[in-house]
Amino acid sequence: MIYREAGQFKSSYGADQAIFPILQDRIAVAIMLAIAVVVIPLVAGPYWLETILVPFLVFSMAAIGLNLLTGYCGQLSLGTGGFMACGAFFAYKLSTAFPELHIVLVFLLSGLGTAFVGILFGIPSLRIKGFYLAVATLAAQFFLVWMFNKFPWWNNYSPSGVISAPPRAVFGDFYLTGTQATPEIKYLFLLAFVSVMALLAKNLTRSRIGRSWMAIRDMDIAAEIIGIRPLFAKLSAFAISSFYIGISGALWAFVYTGSVEALAFDINRSFQVLFMIIVGGLGSILGSFLGAAFIVLMPIFLSNAPAALGLHISVELVSHMEFMIFGALIIFFLIVEPSGLARLWQIGKEKLRLWPFPY
Amino acid sequence: MSEQAKRIGDTLLRVEGITLSFGGVRALNDVSFEIKEHEILAIIGPNGAGKSSMLNVINGFYHPQEGTISFKGRERKRMRPYVAAKQGIARTFQNIALFKGMSTLDNIMTGRMLKMKRNFLWQALYWGPALKEEIENREFCEKVIDFLEIQAIRKTPVGRLPYGLQKRVELGRALAAEPEILLLDEPMAGMNVEEKEDMCRFILDVNDEFGTTIALIEHDMGVVMDISDRVVVLDYGRKIADGTPDAVRADQQVIDAYLGVSH
Repeated sequence: MIYREAGQFKSSYGADQAIFPILQDRIAVAIMLAIAVVVIPLVAGPYWLETILVPFLVFSMAAIGLNLLTGYCGQLSLGTGGFMACGAFFAYKLSTAFPELHIVLVFLLSGLGTAFVGILFGIPSLRIKGFYLAVATLAAQFFLVWMFNKFPWWNNYSPSGVISAPPRAVFGDFYLTGTQATPEIKYLFLLAFVSVMALLAKNLTRSRIGRSWMAIRDMDIAAEIIGIRPLFAKLSAFAISSFYIGISGALWAFVYTGSVEALAFDINRSFQVLFMIIVGGLGSILGSFLGAAFIVLMPIFLSNAPAALGLHISVELVSHMEFMIFGALIIFFLIVEPSGLARLWQIGKEKLRLWPFPY
Repeated sequence: MSEQAKRIGDTLLRVEGITLSFGGVRALNDVSFEIKEHEILAIIGPNGAGKSSMLNVINGFYHPQEGTISFKGRERKRMRPYVAAKQGIARTFQNIALFKGMSTLDNIMTGRMLKMKRNFLWQALYWGPALKEEIENREFCEKVIDFLEIQAIRKTPVGRLPYGLQKRVELGRALAAEPEILLLDEPMAGMNVEEKEDMCRFILDVNDEFGTTIALIEHDMGVVMDISDRVVVLDYGRKIADGTPDAVRADQQVIDAYLGVSH
């Protein structure tokens, strides 16, 4: 009854092509943003902000990046961890070599550098597809992590091999990185930054370049027939995807953990992001957020649930249970809806449009 | 018909001495014919005669070992299919080759790919010139949608559509590119009589209203004889006849190819 679009007429193609063509959706999004900006920083403690919301936003960024490549352009990649490492180390080198460079610019430039690396490792995609390409991208994963580990130039010859983010402010006294940074600033900065980047990604996917990616994904022969150059479409997907993933790696190292070593971006990180987009929904920006939320929040929820329920179980048992339940949940969601949480959300919305009358 | 005959102009595309082999198999053997401006040319022949291979050669998918193709008087080099698309050659496929995960509208908008020029930074902003371009092309696509009478399925993912409608969407996607030559590979395969009639009407209307030159492969002889201006017959990779539907129908070689001869 509430979610009814009757009487909302669209009189221009522009209105029809809006991201949220339904009024109720726009209101809901506005309310959600207001809550995210105003209420959450006031209510949530530093634990919530720093260990839940900040990694959620960083991972959302990575998931958007991989989703552009795998979900939209259909190129399976297992190099996400390597590209995140690229972003992190590029940002580190940039910010230590040019201390006067603004931190946002550092992030964008390190994303740009990662985009070039992405293009380089995307070249095999012109010849090979599917699982074979996934194996080829593994080369990126192992090579990049090895490179950052092997050459101490990348960590400015620090004996431990760990890079620590130098303190940088967004503006004035508002430090984003380093010891003076507060969780609130980190959270608000990430919220704004990731939202804008997500909006840009959404725009890309609904215009010409996004359609050319989807065309390559769905039927590459037909795509070529109507004038899409596979070379350009695939490499641009690799470039833009790596741009996003590189920035997320830089955010991970600078904003989330503050200090990181190359091994933090091992193959497990790649799988983690890949699971996010599979669970969240391939080919959906919303799905990237939902998947990131699921993968980040669920383990925390599961490890805290027994204590919250008043059950006293040993710590080991909890951590084992966590793995089992988590695995079972992934299987459950994939059986219920193979197209991911985003599709589930969409079905829910379609049902709600008719509710409470079934026709 | 006489009015139609008047519209037919000069040679638009000339195929000369095309020979195409896959290993030991000669799919096409010294085939020559031409496609004239504004005409509807049918390419027919028994299964395996090399009809689809011929379209794939024109399209740039296959590269013939011998022979030349000249389009608008210019002989063309070995090329990739997207170059052919850029020159104004569009096509549909025998087995539907739509983008299944995308909506009808998105499929047709993808057909406008070459008409859109803004770079990805503008597209990321989705504002100003990029938005204007998007809406202009949307308007054209809506015309195509109106023309093909598929307004109701605009936002439906094409994977969910019935076969006949998918064929229609595929035609729409090819039309959206405003091609000079439209290659249709069995546009009516697997359709019932009503759907075939609809499709014939669309093909004739496209030819009539937009003046698009059409080359089509079809097995339904009734359709071929009704709508085409000229018929080329292939058999075992060779051209055995070329002429008006009536002439081809009476040709002994064509009858032999279709019905077989006693030795």
